[in-house]
Amino acid sequence: MVNASVEGKTYAETDPYLVGREKIREFAHAVKSTSPINLDVLAAQAAGYLDLVAPPTFAVVIQERSLTSVLADKEADIDFSRVVHGDQRFIHTRPIVAGDELTSQLTVASVKSLGAHAMVTFETKIHDADKQLVCTAISTLVVRGAE
Amino acid sequence: MTHINIASLEVGQEVGNVEILLTRDSLVRYAGASGDFNPIHYRDDFAKSVGLDGVLAHGMLTMGAAVQVVVDWIGDPGRIIDYGVRFTKPVFVDANDGAVLKVTAKVAEIDLENSTVRIDIAAVAADLAVLGKAQARVRI
Repeated sequence: MVNASVEGKTYAETDPYLVGREKIREFAHAVKSTSPINLDVLAAQAAGYLDLVAPPTFAVVIQERSLTSVLADKEADIDFSRVVHGDQRFIHTRPIVAGDELTSQLTVASVKSLGAHAMVTFETKIHDADKQLVCTAISTLVVRGAE
Repeated sequence: MTHINIASLEVGQEVGNVEILLTRDSLVRYAGASGDFNPIHYRDDFAKSVGLDGVLAHGMLTMGAAVQVVVDWIGDPGRIIDYGVRFTKPVFVDANDGAVLKVTAKVAEIDLENSTVRIDIAAVAADLAVLGKAQARVRI
């Protein structure tokens, strides 16, 4: 199932992800946002931002990049086909805006067994090009045990 | 500044109420935008092969769409500083009819000192609560 000894393990920081305007618009449409601050540069600037602001859950795109490394880690032994998303949280120090170059670094915060299943909680720190923390993304995956 | 005066808010006050139609098109669009191409979100045969009743929405799509009612209320997505949910039930999306997500949002906590409020979100599909402990902290 999941190797409990990976608890506390921190994976390598990902390469920077450049947040583009059109990606923000595409994501905003996908989550059915009609907020001008997600879609219209002038509206975002009028609200005091440098550029388009990403929707509150956009950080999942960045989190996903660091999750790839742990799912590929043979030591962690997580079978992705048995994974269900348990919970998710995004704590923002500031909003993500177009033009940001973001890196992410994932730590396995906890591995718990729950009967035949395992619950793995990841904490991903997302930093900007100035090494300032932008968002902490916390995600729990439930790995279903074999029946 | 927002148009909302924190002193005028009351705990329990509803700030939004909306029905969102999720269709298979919504799922394909979200897959592309998010990069989550798990086939349980677009292939019935695959979903059934892993023991599901059918294609289901990405939990992250439900999470992202549900918070829009709060975004519309506050008028600025950048003011949602902390947002978390539990995924309690899958949202099955019918190939023809899609799925209707009923979302309501209420004031749960008011922090005058830090000028933030906690908004609790309820999301229901097919009479089942699909998100649990869905809470957004908003900077007023």
